[in-house]
Amino acid sequence: MLKLKSKSQDALLFYILRLISILVIGLLLLIIYILFKSALPSIVRNGLSFILKSDWNPVEEQFGALPFIFGTLVTSVIALVLATPISIFIALFMCEYLPKSISRIVSLLVEMVAAIPSIVFGLWGIFYLAPFVKETLAPLLKNYFGYLPFFQGPSFGIGILTASLILAIMIVPTISSISRSIFELIPQHQKEAAYAMGSTKYEMVKLAIITPSISGISSAVVLGLGRALGETMAVTMLIGNSPSITKSIFAPAATMASVMANEYTDANTPMHIASLCYIALLLFIITFLSNLIAKTIVKKLSKT
Amino acid sequence: MSSNSNDEKIILEAKALEAWFGDFQAVKGINVHYFEKTINAIIGPSGCGKSTYLRCLNRIHEEIEGTKVMGEVLLEGKNIYDKSIDVVDVRKRIGMVFQKPNPFPTLSILENVVIGLRLQGINKRSTLLEIAESCLKKAALWEEVKDKLHSQGTSLSGGQQQRLCIARALAINPPVLLMDEPTSALDPIATAKIEELMNEIKRDYTVIIVTHNMQQAARISDYTSFFVYGKMVEHGLSSDIFTNPKEKQTEDYISGRFG
Repeated sequence: MLKLKSKSQDALLFYILRLISILVIGLLLLIIYILFKSALPSIVRNGLSFILKSDWNPVEEQFGALPFIFGTLVTSVIALVLATPISIFIALFMCEYLPKSISRIVSLLVEMVAAIPSIVFGLWGIFYLAPFVKETLAPLLKNYFGYLPFFQGPSFGIGILTASLILAIMIVPTISSISRSIFELIPQHQKEAAYAMGSTKYEMVKLAIITPSISGISSAVVLGLGRALGETMAVTMLIGNSPSITKSIFAPAATMASVMANEYTDANTPMHIASLCYIALLLFIITFLSNLIAKTIVKKLSKT
Repeated sequence: MSSNSNDEKIILEAKALEAWFGDFQAVKGINVHYFEKTINAIIGPSGCGKSTYLRCLNRIHEEIEGTKVMGEVLLEGKNIYDKSIDVVDVRKRIGMVFQKPNPFPTLSILENVVIGLRLQGINKRSTLLEIAESCLKKAALWEEVKDKLHSQGTSLSGGQQQRLCIARALAINPPVLLMDEPTSALDPIATAKIEELMNEIKRDYTVIIVTHNMQQAARISDYTSFFVYGKMVEHGLSSDIFTNPKEKQTEDYISGRFG
């Protein structure tokens, strides 16, 4: 006798999986809806010019998000510029230069940096990094690049540069560990092809490792960007929280995440709360867009 | 095909060559010399160390972690393992074609061929095009790719990719060309094409080829070495090895009784 096919087990699994997927997507939509609903009074009053207005004064009910968008983008971009080359170098060093046994330990240590809580980074930043920036780094930069407007003005230790540095340190493990797994995918025969053509190690790395990994590295950088855009605690502790747009990277500023963390407890007018929610919605849109752009770039690059 | 060895010039010579993977010795004391402009086949059962031996001849074996090489390999009388010798230069003089076709996936057909020249700092477009054309012709690929030199190298079929890799190796004009089972991943037609082109390039180059295929070795080579367990059992004119081997082991292998 052949057994009759039992459908119930497969069907049950299918329904459970479908339910879970729907719940997760539903949650996402719910968050967007709640954010939008809470932000609505501010959206109605300020409209889209909220993005372009640069004064933020809750007491006088003046709400403009530009300083925070500026702070978020500038700190994230500086952090990426600093962290990307360092991360790629770390990944290359782990893959191509260190013996496997040591490489495993180094990669474990680098990944442990990602496990350090944000608040610990913030404390370390206040007690070590901020004085270092104030006393050593800022004078040095002023000395050599002081003719550029970005490196002028006093440094209090707390400001855009310090926040960017801490962000850079925080995203290095993300970018380097993803880059490392991409480099590890390069088949040995590609490296040998480069060597057999008379490549030096440097030329081999360029030809057989970096060039084919460009799209992978880009996606690693974008994941790092995602972390930098949303990072809150450490940045809030180190950026100085002043809603201003300045040329100098020594000056204090504020990011979208930091203003929310700083002000939501004191916000007692409905418009203030709504405006903070409006900023949250914008941050959500920015991270969403940056992910979308990144995915398009990766798609394009991996095609060619 | 067989050539007389008396007045020929020795181009490459291995002396007491040994190679290890960690503690495992894969190549055990090889002594042999190769004459200029000949095809030399290396045959033997799987795992006999023939590929590892070949990879010692252009110092690519040492790029794998935990490996070791001892002994000497003399290229025109100079030991390529001498401390004063630049390994990069060794590989420019001793080219290599691998078992699996490995064109660079990000480069076009043209760029794949001329990459070795670019690495040497030759960037003049007319020179590159000229060399690319002559090497693709030598590799019997020109007619198939001349209209799509700018498509990706990996867009070609497996056999075409392997001929592209041969053209790439020829472009830097190495006196010696090593081939590690270059046709084992290819169909019979592509294999025939590559065997044909080896006969062509023999006029200018010395070829040392590892092959699993004894018929191939008999068809194309002037000399044949037979390897077992990292040792060279016999080396001599292919016509002798395949018709009248001196060693019992060789005879057993080529008659299909072992291996």
